[in-house]
Amino acid sequence: MPAVEFRAATFKIGNKTILDNLTLAIESGETLVLLGRSGSGKTTALRLINGMNLPTAGEVLVDGKATTAWDLVRLRRSIGYVIQESGLFPHFSVERNIGLVPKLEGWEEPRIAARTAALLESVSLPAKDFAKRMPRELSGGQRQRVGVARALAADPKILLFDEPFGALDPVTRLDLQREFLRLRAELNKTSVFVTHDVREAMELATRIALLHEGRLAFLGTPEDFRASLHPEAHAFLEVLNAE
Amino acid sequence: MLSDVLQDLLDEGLQLLGEHLVLVVSAIMIAAAIAVPLGIMVASKPRLRSIALGIANVGQTIPSLALFGFLIPIPFIGGIGQHTAIIALVIYALLPILRNTVTGILGVDAAVRDSAVAMGMTRGQILRMVELPLAAPTIVSGLRIATVTTVGTATIAAAIGAGGLGVFIFRGIASVDKLQILAGALPAAALALLADGALGWLEKRWAARS
Repeated sequence: MPAVEFRAATFKIGNKTILDNLTLAIESGETLVLLGRSGSGKTTALRLINGMNLPTAGEVLVDGKATTAWDLVRLRRSIGYVIQESGLFPHFSVERNIGLVPKLEGWEEPRIAARTAALLESVSLPAKDFAKRMPRELSGGQRQRVGVARALAADPKILLFDEPFGALDPVTRLDLQREFLRLRAELNKTSVFVTHDVREAMELATRIALLHEGRLAFLGTPEDFRASLHPEAHAFLEVLNAE
Repeated sequence: MLSDVLQDLLDEGLQLLGEHLVLVVSAIMIAAAIAVPLGIMVASKPRLRSIALGIANVGQTIPSLALFGFLIPIPFIGGIGQHTAIIALVIYALLPILRNTVTGILGVDAAVRDSAVAMGMTRGQILRMVELPLAAPTIVSGLRIATVTTVGTATIAAAIGAGGLGVFIFRGIASVDKLQILAGALPAAALALLADGALGWLEKRWAARS
């Protein structure tokens, strides 16, 4: 059974079709990158997975069950989510941010503390230096690392990334991309990653799903992507070649 | 003797100051108990929000002496005395508290609210753990504005027999006695400054946490 399955999923706001008839299966353990321009529907597709948006037609299945049939609080707690500006709670320390979902899930304090410390180490932020800091005392890259640790806190099977490295400088971005690959090898989670950066997509994806004006334009491995004849794929490859 | 006059003034002053405090504190507490929950409720609903803010706005545009006057003939809530004055003061205090509550809740970063939803927090958890703590400095700032204006407006309450420091002021005006006017105005000003300082301190402390 695929980890996530879109079945003719459509999302409209009024008369405007944001995502049109998307059919796509995401296998367990893979990193599917949703690539596309601004407004291509990639973030909407991502938000359909954790029920932040519900399809207006068709369905999205997580663990074989439609998001409309899930208790959304349960669904979301079983899925990690990392967004661009990290969305860390500015009034919580780093450790409280990371420990929030476990706390909501009723874990005991010592277990939360141990988990938080371990996660900080695994995103290369020593707990003794960082646990007590407030988000405003971190650099952009450090905030995103904390964001990743927070998403991993309750050990979700699925992780969603919405342009998580988009606002970072190129050096920090490369750092975090490498970190992502290392963590993926360690943790073996299903990841869905939204980006408009074709280079990032080629680096991180096991498969790329290219969205164009709300439709799926291409689906396949990065190698296949290079050979794709679709004009939108071509447009992205030109960007890659121009660099 | 002059000292006897001063002694009488002081005794009466302390009593009036006490009455004044009762007026202000009860009005602000009642206004906050109405406006903060209302602000939370309407913040996310644009139509209700403009209706609520509109009504509160109208309340504030009524000249204060007229509002005290209007309330007197109304059965149950009106009449001469303290409770009528408190109702009028509540009406004035609603707007700044309501407006700041709405502003504070709406001012919470969209990315923060988004990630709270995505983490599987319930509506109540988001309100309690994220929105209210982040909006707190703005809400306190509304309380501060409301308190400072209420200290001033409450002096007019003496006109409808509600007591307070306004008694000195009205008596002083009637008898062209500057000392009486000052005996009412100075403590009122000091009270306003004190409230401003205390709530301002609280506001800064909360703002520093986030």
